[in-house]
Formats: sequence, C-alpha cells, structure tokens
Amino acid sequence: MTIETRSPLLKGQHLLAVDGISSLEALRLLDLAESYVGVSRQADKRQPVLQGRTQVNLFFEASTRTQSSFEIAGKRLGADVMNMAVANSAVSKGETLLDTAMTINAMQPDFLVVRHASSGAVELLAQKVSCAVINAGDGQHEHPTQALLDALTIRRHTQGFEGLVVAICGDVMHSRVARSNIHLLGKLGAHVRVVAPSTLLPSGIANFGVEVHRRMETGLKGADVVMMLRLQLERMTGAFVPSIREYYRFYGLNAEKLAYAKPGALVMHPGPMNRGIEIDSDVADGAQSVIREQVEMGVAVRMAVLDALSRNLPAGGSP
Amino acid sequence: MKSAAKHPQNRRAYVNASLVAPAQGLKGPGGILIEDGWILDVGPRVTRDSVGSGAAVTDCAGLTLIPGLIDMRVFTGEPGNEYRETLASASEAAAAGGVTTMIVMPNTQPVIDDAALVDFILRRARDTASVRVAPMAAITKGLAGELMTEIGLLGEAGAVAVTDGTRAVANANVFRRALTYARDCGMLVVQHVEEPTLSSGVMNGGETASRLGLSGNPAMSEVIMLERDLRLVEMTGARYHAAQISSRHSVDVIRAAKARGLPVTCGVSAHHLVLNEHDIGAYRTFFKLSPPLRTEEDRRALADAVAEGVIDVIVSGHDPQSADTKRLPFAEAAYGAVGLETMLSAALSLHHNQSVPLARLVESMSSKPAEILGLETGRLAPGAPADFALVDLNLSWTVEEHRLRSRAKNSPFEHRTLEGRAVETVVAGERVYAYAGR
Repeated sequence: MTIETRSPLLKGQHLLAVDGISSLEALRLLDLAESYVGVSRQADKRQPVLQGRTQVNLFFEASTRTQSSFEIAGKRLGADVMNMAVANSAVSKGETLLDTAMTINAMQPDFLVVRHASSGAVELLAQKVSCAVINAGDGQHEHPTQALLDALTIRRHTQGFEGLVVAICGDVMHSRVARSNIHLLGKLGAHVRVVAPSTLLPSGIANFGVEVHRRMETGLKGADVVMMLRLQLERMTGAFVPSIREYYRFYGLNAEKLAYAKPGALVMHPGPMNRGIEIDSDVADGAQSVIREQVEMGVAVRMAVLDALSRNLPAGGSP
Repeated sequence: MKSAAKHPQNRRAYVNASLVAPAQGLKGPGGILIEDGWILDVGPRVTRDSVGSGAAVTDCAGLTLIPGLIDMRVFTGEPGNEYRETLASASEAAAAGGVTTMIVMPNTQPVIDDAALVDFILRRARDTASVRVAPMAAITKGLAGELMTEIGLLGEAGAVAVTDGTRAVANANVFRRALTYARDCGMLVVQHVEEPTLSSGVMNGGETASRLGLSGNPAMSEVIMLERDLRLVEMTGARYHAAQISSRHSVDVIRAAKARGLPVTCGVSAHHLVLNEHDIGAYRTFFKLSPPLRTEEDRRALADAVAEGVIDVIVSGHDPQSADTKRLPFAEAAYGAVGLETMLSAALSLHHNQSVPLARLVESMSSKPAEILGLETGRLAPGAPADFALVDLNLSWTVEEHRLRSRAKNSPFEHRTLEGRAVETVVAGERVYAYAGR
C-alpha cells in the first residue's frame, strides 16, 4: 500500500496551485487519497504518519468546512493541529501578513494551511517561511485541494477523465474553485465548459482551454458532470446580475435544466450552497448529487496532501 | 531652482566627446566649454587646441555628451513621508541617472496646492538637493477633484504646471473650468488619464489578470478619459499634457488629436517602454504600476510612438515605496516604482535594439520636456545653463538594491543588467555625480 512505502509524491515543498503540479503528481495524490477513504471509514481512523508534526491552520478568511476538513485530516494522521483564529490575533491589530507568518514560523510548525482573501497572498507567505505551506484558497486565484477532491469524487463515478465533459456553471469570474478545476480537469484530459452570463466570466477565459457558454441549455448539453458555483449575495442584486430571481430563472440548476445533461450526470457544488438560487434543493439532495461525497473526499484528499508534503520535510524537522 | 551664480567656477572644457543634442542640431564629435555654471561654447569647434590653456580640460574619449535630462514625473516623500524619499535623496538618484532637473509632483502630505508650499519645495530643494527641482502644483485643492487651486498664484510662486498627480480630475465640469482658467494663466494642465469608475483593478485587464485572479483595469479606462479630455481641450483651448499613456489605443487617440492641431502632448514611463504585464510573474509588487504595465503589443506600440514623436516625452514615474507598502499581497500593495536612476539606461535599450534612434531618446528626455514646460535647461547652446551628462552607451551594469541611491528600493529592474548609463552628471557647471565603477 502506498502509505507504507513513503516514497516521494510531489516535487515541491508546498502546494500552492494546481497550475504548478503535473498530471502525474495529481494522479498519484488521487491514488493516495483513495487509500485514505478506506482509512476514514474504519472504526480506528488513525494513521500516524505525521506523529510529532505540528500543523497550523491560518485562516484570514472565515471558513467552517475547509478548516474543519484540514483539522480532521491532520488529526487522523497524528499531527498536532492548531487553529489560529485570525479575528483574535495580532492581524486585527495592524500586524502585516508577513509579520504574522514570521511569528508563526518561529514556533517551528511543519505545515501551514493558509486561506487569505488576496490572490497571491499564500505564495507571498510561502516565500518567507521554512515549513510546508498548503493553499486553502487565495482570493480569486486557486483552491487546489478543492479541485483535487472534486477530481477524486468524479473519478469514483466515471471511467477516467479522458473526454469527460464537465460543465462549470455560475460565478466563474470570482471563483478560485473554478480556476483550480479548469486547470486540473483540463490537465487530466477532461473537456471543460464554463457556463455563465458574460458579466460573471473573467476576460480572456476562452484562452484557458475551455468552451464558453452563456446558456445552460447548450452548456449542459451532453455533460457528464455539472459543477455549480456559489454566487455571493452582494453580486446578484444589480452589481453583476440584475436580481436573484432573474439569475435563478436562467442559471439556477433545477430538474428541468439538469435534463439537458447526460442521463445520470453528476451534480456537484463546493458549498456552502444557496438553495433555491444557484441550485434547487431537489437537485442538491437528489439521486445524481454527489455533494455530500465531495465533503468526505475533502478529508481524504487533505490527508493525502499532508502525507505527500511530509515526505519532503527534512527528517529533523524544519530548520 | 538651483542658483547658478552662487557657485562661480573657473572655465572648464569637456572635449573629444560625441555630442548628441538634436534640438541644437548637434550630432557628432565635439566638446563643450563652460564658465560659472553657463555654457560658453559647444560644438565640433570646441577642441583641446581651441581651448588652449585657458580652461581645465576633460577628455571624453568614448563617451557621449547629452543635455542634462529633465524628468517630468517624479514623486518624493517630502513633505510628509521623508522615510520613503526626500528631495535630497531623490536628487542623488537623479544625478546618478543623468537627470539634472526633477519635476516633482504635488502628491505629498500636505498636498502642494498653495503658493507657500511651492515656495517650501523650492527652498528645500535649493538647500538640500544636488540637481534642479521644479514643482507641479495641484489642480484641485487637496487633490479632491472639486475646487480649483489658485492657479495664477501657484504659477507666480514657481509651479511649472498643474496636475493632480496620480489622480485624474474625474468631474468633467471641474476639469473644464480648470482648463479654461489655466489657459488664461498660460499654465499647462497635466492629467493622469484614467477613468476612475473603470479602474478598480490592480493590473492590466485581460487574460493574465484572470489567470492570477486579480481584478483588471481595461485599457479603455485610459482611452475614455483621454478622449473626454481632448474634447474639453478643444472647447477651452488650454494646453494639455497626458502624464503617462500605457495603451496602444491611446497612441492612436493622441496622433489624431495632434493631426487636428490640438495643443496636446503626452508622456510614457521608461518602465512601460521595456516591461509588460508578464513581468509581474508570481505577484511581484514592484511591477504594480499606475497606469498598469500592459501587453507586449502595447509596449511595442509605445516604443514606436516615441520614435514617431507621437509620444513627446519619456519620464521615470519615480515613485518610492517602502517594504511596508510593497511587501503585501499584490492587491493590497501600493502602486509605483523608483526609476530616476534607471530611466536613461532603460530608454537606451530602445537605442540598442534599434527601435528608437538615440537622438529622439535624448530629445524626449531633455529639450522636449523643456519646451513643454518653458524651461531654459535641456539644451546645449551658448548662454544656456551648464547642465549635461556624459554617457557610456555600452557600459553594462547590474541594478542592485544596496547600490541604488534612492532611499526606497522598489526597482522592477532589481538584479537586471542594463546597457549604458550616465558616468558623469554636471548641474550648473558642478559635477554632481561620477560613476564609481569607471
């Protein structure tokens, strides 16, 4: 079993972006994660490969599910996990991101799991610390573990990625989940479409190697996977789309629109969902939905990432 | 301004140089004879033999002698943010870059929107700076874009133009009145061309910004402001200068305006002539500029426009920022890059790659800004102030943080090797800089 061999899986010290890993590395991570799915379903979930290691979750942006997912992943692997609540920290007293990073780095953690509202902030931080840094979402740039867990979920239900049609629908412009998925699924051979009103598509999106659609009817036609994105409330009341009801009318996923996709197409959502806005409850909870499985795969993928990066850590701990 | 008469000097000659001063028709071997801070004679007839024993002679074999450069867009931190840059430290950087006149922007604390503050800048410069300094004053009080400043009094105090610096005067009615009033005062109006409601981004809008997950400013935000302004210039007849253009579309707009005979000029920063948006790489904040670096297609069009003369002047856009404003996530970091020491070298790369003739580059940084601002410097002619630079066109040097004379170190050229630089800079007959590595 891969877990026992502890051979290197990733070239880099950090996991900052899907854009920076090869398809081979991604597939190896998915294989390792698959083994952790089994571990997580056992009564005894401990797999102490990170015994003695310290993992700090540094979330500059509020998140319940990603932070708990990383926390559970670290604990199942035997690491000491600390959640740094930034609202209570010196950051709110005017300390800069790098000062915070240097302070935490001096406490000799082995992993820093970082989420920040600014694109590139995690990369900036990674340049200044000696431990392994995992990007848990930076601004509108990337959210690599989300893309990996989405890929793992898809792989469990399909015959591989080659030629698979994946429609990513909604607020692509502001979505790091969309960017990471476009890069990863494209790398793995899937055929990726984006479906959104033009005000929610970033400029130059056609050059990302995706097919661009403005209507759900055409965008979902023949799709194997329908991946919905969350639309922030403040963006749907006139700023980017005119109103919630207009958005729901044209882009909300309900049974009728889902019927454009292939029969049995997977329905995905990174959460948290706006039920009745971008997705109907009967679809979100329906037979085609794998949304809850995505959450389960999230823990497995994060265990795999922590394990893989730990293999690149110096044996004596970070200097 | 620096007083030339205060430092009487003996007669000095620089001979055996290659002269480049296109406005005076000088191109070729020759020399310059100076006395008491003024040029006595210049041209091919000034030789070691012609000077005889009446002057101290410097042999400039292998060097090019050009008018001292005039940089039309320099930000310092004085008054208010002296830890970033003072007039004195900026002048040291200027001297090292062959710049003998810095035109400083009013974006300080307090804002230069009052005659007494113009006077303050001039006195501080006289007492502390090693090159000439002339301020531009604000168009609107406090740079707030609402009420016009005392444009007439500011001009009398020594302001060479009015501008809101890094801010566009967005209100069309306010700008129209300011243009109308400035025309009566004979004052040049300099605008930062960017429509603020289209400029909430932090880099050039387009695919690169989308990949980085950064919000973008479309090039059209510049073009829209420029086209609006030109209609107002047509209405009012005021003299107008677009401080820095960054897009190829703006080049077309300026070309057309000039063809219509409008009193319009424009500038471009040396950074925008040699860098493009891809240099930002992994969120490198030293490349976060306003206007933003745009595409390679834009960069090439800008260089061509300098060669063609559609773009009149090259500026440094020198904007010192410290670690606390630059070592931040890209979206949160301040705009700006230092450039006084690298403007000439960066511009010379366009000579080396044959995209802009040397004479045009020199003109765009000396006689052209002098003409636009009505300065007596920027030329090599008998009776003119003895401001000039000796340049080694082929000297390779590497930009290194610890060697930069600017108090701030935010140079996008850090660790880059540039070809050509000033090796000696003379202001009012006094040597203010000599390259140590020579």
